[in-house]
Amino acid sequence: MRGYPRKLIFYAAIVLLVLFTTLPVLYAVITIFKQESELYRFGANPFIYETAPTLDHLVYLFTSTPFPTFAMNSLVIGLCVVAITVILAVPAAYSLARLTGHWGEHSGMAIFLVYLIPPTLLFIPLFRIVVTLGLANSIWSLVLVLPTITIPFCTWLLLGFFRSIPRQLDEAALLDGCTRFQAFWKVVLPQALPGIGACIVFAFSLSLSNYIYAVTFISESASRNISAGVPTELIRGDVYFWPSLMAATTAVAIPLGIAYGLLFDYLVRGFQSAGAKEG
Amino acid sequence: MKEGTVAHDRPTGLMARMALALERPRVLGTLMLAPAVLYVVAFVAVPFFIAIALSVSDATVGNPQIDTFVGLDNFISVISQDAFGIALRNSLLITTLTVLILLVLATTAVELLAREFRGKRLVQVLFMIPWAMPVALSAITWLWLLDSQYSPIDWVLVQLGLLGPDGPFGPSRNMFYLGREWLAIGSVVFVDVWRTLPLATIIVLAGRLSIPRERIEQAQLDGAGFFRVLFRIIIPALAPVLTVAILFTALLVIGEMSTIALLTRGGPGHATQILPYWAYLKGINSGDLAQGAAIALFLFPVLLAAAIVALRFAYRAGRD
Repeated sequence: MRGYPRKLIFYAAIVLLVLFTTLPVLYAVITIFKQESELYRFGANPFIYETAPTLDHLVYLFTSTPFPTFAMNSLVIGLCVVAITVILAVPAAYSLARLTGHWGEHSGMAIFLVYLIPPTLLFIPLFRIVVTLGLANSIWSLVLVLPTITIPFCTWLLLGFFRSIPRQLDEAALLDGCTRFQAFWKVVLPQALPGIGACIVFAFSLSLSNYIYAVTFISESASRNISAGVPTELIRGDVYFWPSLMAATTAVAIPLGIAYGLLFDYLVRGFQSAGAKEG
Repeated sequence: MKEGTVAHDRPTGLMARMALALERPRVLGTLMLAPAVLYVVAFVAVPFFIAIALSVSDATVGNPQIDTFVGLDNFISVISQDAFGIALRNSLLITTLTVLILLVLATTAVELLAREFRGKRLVQVLFMIPWAMPVALSAITWLWLLDSQYSPIDWVLVQLGLLGPDGPFGPSRNMFYLGREWLAIGSVVFVDVWRTLPLATIIVLAGRLSIPRERIEQAQLDGAGFFRVLFRIIIPALAPVLTVAILFTALLVIGEMSTIALLTRGGPGHATQILPYWAYLKGINSGDLAQGAAIALFLFPVLLAAAIVALRFAYRAGRD
């Protein structure tokens, strides 16, 4: 970076990039506080408030729609999926990184293969399984099925983190009289905490984001989560409650966006170490 | 805790012998790996084979038993429907276009985000928002932005004189982004690019930061300009990572039905139909489980072939 104009071009490019990702969300935020009369007036400037902004739509979303129920369901599903994922993926990743010898080294590829069978291929048979287990229309169907998406991904991400921790650390712990499990639990695991943090955020948002399972397994309003509930309940036939819809999307997007942004470097590191020994 | 025994002693009790076994990497390794593997096998591999069984049966939601073998009838019946060709074409077209645009945008974004600058944290947060949004919710946001009457994009175009009675884009004051076939497909591609750019960028950035700084600096010392460095050093070194990014995002895009389900519902007619959404409409909405499974299975060979090619390429490039 030398000279004034180059710096200017650089910052201009950054601003363009950020505008590309955030303009839709900014517009959604503007919409939340618009009065209906102004919102649906032809030719009105959509970016400014000609009449006073209102909180009505936000209040409506939280008091007169099932949105709080959806949010609660999403939260319960998300936390359960995160718990199952961490409990299963952390030991699996450690095992592949340290204990299973040379066939652990190609496991990155094997995990990738699981992704070749996407939810779109599985939702019909899984719907049958869910019905057989008596879980149709229950949030527990999603708790049961969503870890199939998060476990492979998080195992892969953690694999990279465990590989980047020097082996000498385990060996020193073993020499000090730790059992192998203690070496994992007390010495290696604390080093991998950033990776686990990244996994938690990823698993939570993947569980929130899945649409196909949510609409297939659950058709009762009370058990719906945000992904399936907001599009079905806040849209009645052809009537869209736009300001409330926008309030729902931003209420979810902003906290998650902040979580992702703060974990940005960890995510990059995760992919970096995961990719380093790939193949 | 059973780890209490010292490993060198000869094992006497059952507990002691178990503790000793746990010291062998193979045993402990298998025990730690097994739960995750079993979980995935139970809910991915088993349903996958049920899907195949369903596709050669005559199961419906009303009569879900897989008891009548009908051979390839479902596949033949699916192929003979008009929607099939359109859905297959759209699935492949939307995915390919999205990935190509992503490649250019992600490589550009990476060149920006690989540097240190003031306010980087804030930029990272704002940059990640599309990926943080659940797909269905970002689809709804775009549905509002592309609204047939109140689209703010139309408003801007009218102000610029591009739309409206005198504008080059026609006498109407609206573009009807989702109501015209090619404009609708273009809109869907745009939304897919928007929502997957953060992930693609993170993957490529991970590869970019692994390129030794000395190699870039050496080239710059030798007098290579920005574009020469980009095309001669950075992009070749990124090839394996770009392949992984392509595969990852392609799988995400080709398997996602909520953008289409919410933006166009496959319409107008079947013009923007894609295989996953068509499978959903047939299998769940119309209750024909067997045909739904057959439609969904059409994607598998395509995905498998693409993945084998991509992974081989990444593997070879990674060894050089």
